[in-house]
Amino acid sequence: MWLVGAAGAQLALLAFALSVPDARSAGRSSKAAGYDVQAKLAYCEDCHGRSAQGFHGYFPIPRLAGQQPEYLKNQLEALVEHRRTNNIMFNVAHSLSPGMIAALATDFRALNPPPLGGGARHLVPTGEKIFQNGVPEANVAACAACHGPEAQGSGEIPRLAGQLSDYVYNKLINWSKERGQNPTERDISAVMSPVAHSLTRAQVEAVAAYLSYLK
Amino acid sequence: MNAVPIKAAAVAVAVLAASAFGAHAESGMVRNCTWCHGGSAQGYSPAPRLAGQRPTYIEQQLVSFAHHTRDTPFSKQYMWGAAGNLSPRVAHALSVYFSNLPARAADDGNRELVAWGEAIYQRGMPEENIAACVACHGPNAEGIGTIPRIGGLDYTYLKRRLEQWAEGYHGSLVHPMPHIATQLSRNQIGELARGRQAEHGVAVLPATRFGSFLDPLWVKSL
Repeated sequence: MWLVGAAGAQLALLAFALSVPDARSAGRSSKAAGYDVQAKLAYCEDCHGRSAQGFHGYFPIPRLAGQQPEYLKNQLEALVEHRRTNNIMFNVAHSLSPGMIAALATDFRALNPPPLGGGARHLVPTGEKIFQNGVPEANVAACAACHGPEAQGSGEIPRLAGQLSDYVYNKLINWSKERGQNPTERDISAVMSPVAHSLTRAQVEAVAAYLSYLK
Repeated sequence: MNAVPIKAAAVAVAVLAASAFGAHAESGMVRNCTWCHGGSAQGYSPAPRLAGQRPTYIEQQLVSFAHHTRDTPFSKQYMWGAAGNLSPRVAHALSVYFSNLPARAADDGNRELVAWGEAIYQRGMPEENIAACVACHGPNAEGIGTIPRIGGLDYTYLKRRLEQWAEGYHGSLVHPMPHIATQLSRNQIGELARGRQAEHGVAVLPATRFGSFLDPLWVKSL
């Protein structure tokens, strides 16, 4: 009885000890949230471009403006869970709280800068045809079927409109090396594997060019 | 007393080395550059190394000097004049010429801090909102296009350049270096740097809060 009582008292103490700093830090973080989000946003935009329109660094750094919030959240989780590989973003994703991710995703969703473009202009009509109709002879479905006729995405399916052409190209060419890397975790990226595998490099380049100019 | 003969000797060496470029079509112009940037363009503080630099970057910087957008004191004092009368053709030729020269690392930083500097370079400091340099400058700090090669540049130049961005001087690119440099210069980072330096057994702390953090970045020889 004494032992149980002692344990109970300890639990109560522990609960008290935990609840006090929790309440305090909750108050503080809500006060600082606005500033923290703005500072984090500026940090994201150091690489992703001033209006999150994307940036050509050593690597193509993707556009986040107008992106689907659920897609951003899922990708940041994918990085932490080793479903998606990227050394730089792995460290970034680790430092973001769920609340911060939600706030950033909402802010990025609201941005609407013009696309950077960059794809080869002469490939745009071919890219549009592939995006809207697929490649029936290669059993590739229309990209528009999931990403939407204007490539705006939905939920965990990303917006592709205005995405950097070399980013789209690199992702599709390396799909099986960068996505779905943790077999123990469910990953929507599996949907894209056969598509990425079936498209030729020339077709990928054309689709990427089309998307890079899309508003 | 010794300073004058040493400087004279350095100039003489620079001139002798420059004469090796005699066969080059732009040799007069090349000598005009190597006078300050060193006989083989390896840099001669405070003038940075040009050898092996990205040609597009050099060309873009020459334009920014000529247009007075890069406005640091040494830019005003030396480079505005030097770049002011270059034709686009000569600016291009010089850029290509220097980019093709073999580069040596300055190797003039504190070696104790290399590992830490590399960690910041490759991973950034996400908690402190400091972006990873590697995303733009590349895995070996080699640069690309208008983004400069920074691997192996001398410590003083790199450190001063970042300080100047944080102080409000302008480069040719508005984004994103001024913001990143400002993040690096924050007091909090200086404190953090001191803690890490103590860990690394470095006894002497640089006088500026800023320098203490930036030290490790520029040590790595590439």
